[in-house]
Amino acid sequence: MNGVNGTMVELRSVTKRFGPCTAVDDVSLAIHPGEFITLLGPSGCGKTTLLRLLAGFETPDHGAVFLDGAEVTHLPPYRRNVNQVFQSYALFPHMNVRDNIGFGLRMQRVPEAEAATRIREVIEMVSLTGMEDRQPHQLSGGQRQRVALARALICRPKVLLLDEPLSALDAKLRHAMQLELKRLQRLLGLTFVYVTHDQEEALTMSDRIALMNRGRIEQLDDTFAIYHKPRTAFAADFLGQANLLNADLVSRNGTTALVRLPDGLEFTINSGELPAGARRVLVSIRPEKIYISKRRVHAVNVFIARIEEEIFQGAMDQLLLVTESGTQLHALAANESAMQKAFHEGDRVYCGLHLDDIVIVQAE
Amino acid sequence: MNAPVRAGPPGDGVGEAMEADDTPVPAAAELDRRKPRLLAWLLLAPLLVWLAGFVVAPTAILFVYSFCERDEVGRVVYHFTWDNYRRVFDPIYLHIFWRSILYAGLTTVICVVIGYPVAYFIARAREEWRHKLLLLVMIPFWTSFLIRTYAWITILKQEGLLNGFLQSLALPVAPLDLLYTPTAVVIGLVYAYLPFMILPIYGSAEKLENAVIEAAYDLGAGPLRAFSAVIVPLTMPGIAAGTLLVFVPAIGMFAITDLMGGAKVPMIGNVIQNQFLQARDWPFGAALGVVFMLMFAVTYWIVQRRGAQMA
Repeated sequence: MNGVNGTMVELRSVTKRFGPCTAVDDVSLAIHPGEFITLLGPSGCGKTTLLRLLAGFETPDHGAVFLDGAEVTHLPPYRRNVNQVFQSYALFPHMNVRDNIGFGLRMQRVPEAEAATRIREVIEMVSLTGMEDRQPHQLSGGQRQRVALARALICRPKVLLLDEPLSALDAKLRHAMQLELKRLQRLLGLTFVYVTHDQEEALTMSDRIALMNRGRIEQLDDTFAIYHKPRTAFAADFLGQANLLNADLVSRNGTTALVRLPDGLEFTINSGELPAGARRVLVSIRPEKIYISKRRVHAVNVFIARIEEEIFQGAMDQLLLVTESGTQLHALAANESAMQKAFHEGDRVYCGLHLDDIVIVQAE
Repeated sequence: MNAPVRAGPPGDGVGEAMEADDTPVPAAAELDRRKPRLLAWLLLAPLLVWLAGFVVAPTAILFVYSFCERDEVGRVVYHFTWDNYRRVFDPIYLHIFWRSILYAGLTTVICVVIGYPVAYFIARAREEWRHKLLLLVMIPFWTSFLIRTYAWITILKQEGLLNGFLQSLALPVAPLDLLYTPTAVVIGLVYAYLPFMILPIYGSAEKLENAVIEAAYDLGAGPLRAFSAVIVPLTMPGIAAGTLLVFVPAIGMFAITDLMGGAKVPMIGNVIQNQFLQARDWPFGAALGVVFMLMFAVTYWIVQRRGAQMA
């Protein structure tokens, strides 16, 4: 059964302070059943504290926490039907894999025969068959991670909380586990609340991302929107790369507006998100959205720039552009030919920018 | 798992060096290896001399004496006999052995019960508090053991501080007749050895990862079950080490039984002390000492094995 309005987890104006520092500042958040939501942000942004408030390791100073329609604000962790995968895995070092995984069932006093079946199923699910009698110190990092996951999943929680569970793994294994976690989440139809500071990981796995900064949720959106429609400078900068540029509003013209950079360069942008009376804006331009060519470009916004720096990155070329009037812009260009480089340092190139690719993140 | 107590049987270091000798060394490498090995022996030498002089030699003398006889004035006569060991198993002494085990055991249990919460609390306290609290545990060591024991006499005696306090409350139980009773002996033993229980338990509780305890809560264990299923097993090395450090010396203690027990309830330590000093029966004292040492060895072995199984 799902809670009111199809909400599995709800935070209502939750605040948590540690001494003088406010870790979570008046946060409200509703998480849907079966959703993979990621709390993303730099270290110290309050994402881990928020997770701990859901797990029950912390109690909020203000506000309330609801799980599946019932208030759990003051329930201790052992009375909440949520389970956590810890960053350090926190396996019980004195128990083998089977006993680690079966711990939750023993606490719930599940009959032994049923427990044995469920342990076998979950061990199969996380591909740990044959490892049952190993001690945690005999396992690799990836295997420990699977034990931690199995140990939490076997309790059939309503919500699975994951606190940077992949941060200790090497890049390749991490990527494989990202896909596996996502697959598992879809298979089980379980609500996942995932904490990470890795924006790529967040984009790969999540349905929605809650981008956090200084104890607040800066932006809550699906992955597509949060990447393409950042609503603050922080959001634009934290997720992916962004060129953040200040500009003055010159004129409005129906659905478009003309803005001028400090160096005199003018861009036409969508005026849809522009509040009436705004005079200055901060715009974000993703590096990969700048179309670069040696030949003339036909686009709404066209300008000429010199390639100051060119760094080969395999699939992409990372370029630092300087416009004729002196503005620096980061750009990414696909490496289309394996025969020769398309761009070299010192080249003069045409740059094109589509209307929709200049996003207003701030207006005043 | 690490052995809970580092002090192995005497000569441990020697054993390891000898083992290195057994491994075949390629001829070419031999010259290179000889030098550091000589150096290792030289570095070990002071320790070996110390062990030989203060551990091996006294134990050997004790062992030899325990099979000797004594003449009328108490001199040791080198004439082999089993008599001393026969006397050890006399019911009188067996009774005292039992009492010693009982008192030392009771002391150990009380030390665990009092010491565990203290050690755990200190280990879980904030960093800046931990060292101050640990210092409080160790402060009594700055005063002579005998003076501290006399302080307890002042507290427990009939006109002492405790009875004075109870009388001032006009409680009908006063005056309590505590001093020179087994209770006083156990109080004295617990007081003397409590820090030896607290420190090793603190050592293992401090290493306990907070997330592991949280994981237990998270998986549905209430405070009691988290304690019994996770916290106790993970601090078992500390409990085992503390048990050894308390039980073994407590069983042989003679000063506290003399001072606080009024020599009315002798423990095995008193008997041995008497054989050497008053009765001047060194061979019998030596036999008691050897049996006693064997008991320690067995206790140590059992605790070590339990500790190893736990981990």
